[in-house]
Amino acid sequence: MKNVSRIIPCYAADTSGVCSALYELGGMTVVHDASGCNSTYATHDEPRWYDRQSLIFISALTEMDAIMGNDEKLIADVVSAAHDRNPAFIAVCGSPMPMMTGVDFDAAAAEIERRSGIRTFAMHTNGTHSYINGASEALYTIAKEYVRDIPKAAGTGVNILGATPLDFGLGGTAASLRQWLHENGFSAVSCFAMGDSLDSLKKAASAKVSLVISQTGIPAAQYLFEQFGIPYVCGIPTGTEFSKIIADALKEAAQTGTPLYPCAIGNSADRGDITVIGESISACSAAAELHLQTGRKTRVICPLPFEPACMNGALESPASEEEIERELAAYIPEIIAADPLYRMICPPQAKFLELPHYAFSGRCFDKRIPDYVNPNLFRL
Amino acid sequence: MNAAYEKPRSIRIADANPSVFFASGLEYNPPVRGMWNIVHTGMLIPGAHQIFACAQGCLRGVILTAAEMNALDRMSWISVSEQDMYDGTLETDIIDGCTDILHKLPYRPPVVLLFLSCIHLFAGVDFEIILTELRSRFPETEFTDCYMTPTMRQTMPPAFKMAAQLYAPLKPRPKNPRAVAILGNDRATDERSELVRLIRQNGFRLHDLTLCRTYEEYQQIAESALGISYTPAGKFAGEEAERRLGIPHLHIPASFDYSEITANYWLLCDSLGIPCPDFSAEIAAADNALDRSCAIIGDTPVAIDFTAVTRPFELAKLLTEHGFSVRYIIADTASDEQAAFQWLAEHCPDLEIFSAVNVNMLHFRQETHEPVLAVGQKAAYYFATDHFVNIVVNGGLYGFAGIQALTELMTDAFLTPKDSASVLRHKGIGCASCLL
Repeated sequence: MKNVSRIIPCYAADTSGVCSALYELGGMTVVHDASGCNSTYATHDEPRWYDRQSLIFISALTEMDAIMGNDEKLIADVVSAAHDRNPAFIAVCGSPMPMMTGVDFDAAAAEIERRSGIRTFAMHTNGTHSYINGASEALYTIAKEYVRDIPKAAGTGVNILGATPLDFGLGGTAASLRQWLHENGFSAVSCFAMGDSLDSLKKAASAKVSLVISQTGIPAAQYLFEQFGIPYVCGIPTGTEFSKIIADALKEAAQTGTPLYPCAIGNSADRGDITVIGESISACSAAAELHLQTGRKTRVICPLPFEPACMNGALESPASEEEIERELAAYIPEIIAADPLYRMICPPQAKFLELPHYAFSGRCFDKRIPDYVNPNLFRL
Repeated sequence: MNAAYEKPRSIRIADANPSVFFASGLEYNPPVRGMWNIVHTGMLIPGAHQIFACAQGCLRGVILTAAEMNALDRMSWISVSEQDMYDGTLETDIIDGCTDILHKLPYRPPVVLLFLSCIHLFAGVDFEIILTELRSRFPETEFTDCYMTPTMRQTMPPAFKMAAQLYAPLKPRPKNPRAVAILGNDRATDERSELVRLIRQNGFRLHDLTLCRTYEEYQQIAESALGISYTPAGKFAGEEAERRLGIPHLHIPASFDYSEITANYWLLCDSLGIPCPDFSAEIAAADNALDRSCAIIGDTPVAIDFTAVTRPFELAKLLTEHGFSVRYIIADTASDEQAAFQWLAEHCPDLEIFSAVNVNMLHFRQETHEPVLAVGQKAAYYFATDHFVNIVVNGGLYGFAGIQALTELMTDAFLTPKDSASVLRHKGIGCASCLL
């Protein structure tokens, strides 16, 4: 059954995606929820929570307020907290209970903005979708709200789009990407949204190309492309071989103004000798490097929403535990690369490469989350 | 600083309303994870398999709780989509999902704890129909209704309901007049406590879920002729067990007040039909331990939080009476300990009460703090100290021996720092963890 799992976890939810994407930008994010969303996010989806504080709160919705439709409590509490904390912006998002009661978050955001004088936007989450949806909307909204046309920076400036700990943990990928860009003749203009302030993100229009490193960066990339003509390249410069392709693609896209999806080569077989399970762009990038290294057929299983172009035109992928288990059993890859918690449904004959993914296994393997830019990461 | 806040994060005890200290508002979640949640508690039943039916956002926390406990093989889930909420299939989705899961399990669990969530209750799901159908499909398995309903936390806290449901799968059996049970705890009661010694030394068999290793041992709890509780959650569990299984319930709340502790033991002995001993020696030992500890800790400020002990104000009073410098309490209410609250308001009017969740606590840890000895994880985090007593819900301590043990823990915490970051991130004190 598609909605059932015997033993593997589910991915982080849309509310966590919003919080994670906005974490470092100085805003205040409020999840309209009783208590579980913030506890889950802070414990399992946010590795920065202990050492780096951010204005992420819950509304502490009660039974009576839900029954009575007391949206005024939410609005007044957010305005009060904004008075005390003075955030750069406010984002409000929903969880399953507000979905049930039909809270109008756009109206609530407008009223909060009117009373507080602080730019406020609604995030359309309800706790039933994956973090991809939430983080995508959040990064897109930041681009739409704050990026304005400015002259291009000298050289080939690059925006990094789709960086959150949910996909990359604190394994160093975002910092390594900046270094890699520098070493390859590019410069990082902005990183949506790790290691940069809101002021840095506002300058994104000065870049000549965007590098999209996870699906969460796609809507922001498309916005920057449509609004400012900044093309984008989908893929992570991982390994010794695929990183060269990414470097060439960035140059080509900057010159031609055309979006490119080099990560798609990772998903070029129906039944890969090597199969990677995970978020589409990171998994495809890993698979691409493995393909280039070994010459073997590679395939990506992405249980999360994805852009077909990143997945070599695929329109769907096994997503549930049952589908993934059945699919893998049908052709038994030689090598499976995935989060360690997938091992429980993988054929035991397959060699298993651990690729911990924070959005899946949370803190369980947080010390082993890879730096995707490490050239030796996928050396077999 | 406080004065500038629309919703202050702290208040002098002399100015506080004992029923509610702070106005409600947005809430912050400090990164301390020692308290148990409903998954930890449910795992206490030997062999139980947990199935959660709820939205992805709600599933995530419970599943990863099990993952960190290395217990994913005892946890399955059914996700609920928007469409499911409105197409009339809520009940059948759960029945079919549970059936699918049970067919895939490599064994048939003796009991399934089936958790529904807030949205199910709001949608008016018929839980009884679900349970009836599942029981007919799997007659050898017990199905217990469980609830992950934080929205209803003010009318029925999920931890209380969970404590009660722990005993729902018990089958009634003849009472054994020499068997008693401690109910509703998520950790064993200290064997050194007068409570346990009174039971064991008078030849009674003590049942405690936290000590059960097999499902049969668990079922034997039902033979108890007396159910004892001493925590707030346990009280509800005891009342429910009395209603369902006819186990007479005795609530003797964990206290730091000597006269209440003594009165509790009189009640216990009366219920057991045994003579109540004299506790002068135990009281003297507790006093001596407090004095010894105070001689070492001196005037170091002490901060107590409500997650460590169920009666933080009573503990503060006891410590103050023995010379400790209790300066801070983290709590939202003192509703169960009015006498201690009033005493402290009179004798220590400047004692400061902090909110555990106020948004203005967010950066409190980064502010300059004098060295503090903390009792509890929230106090340790907020006051940025490595010197803290790492317990939740009394840590299994009870009575005069519990006071003695707690003072020893305070002395040890004062003398020996802990690695706060790694200790505080461990979810569910006492549970297995892949993070260790």
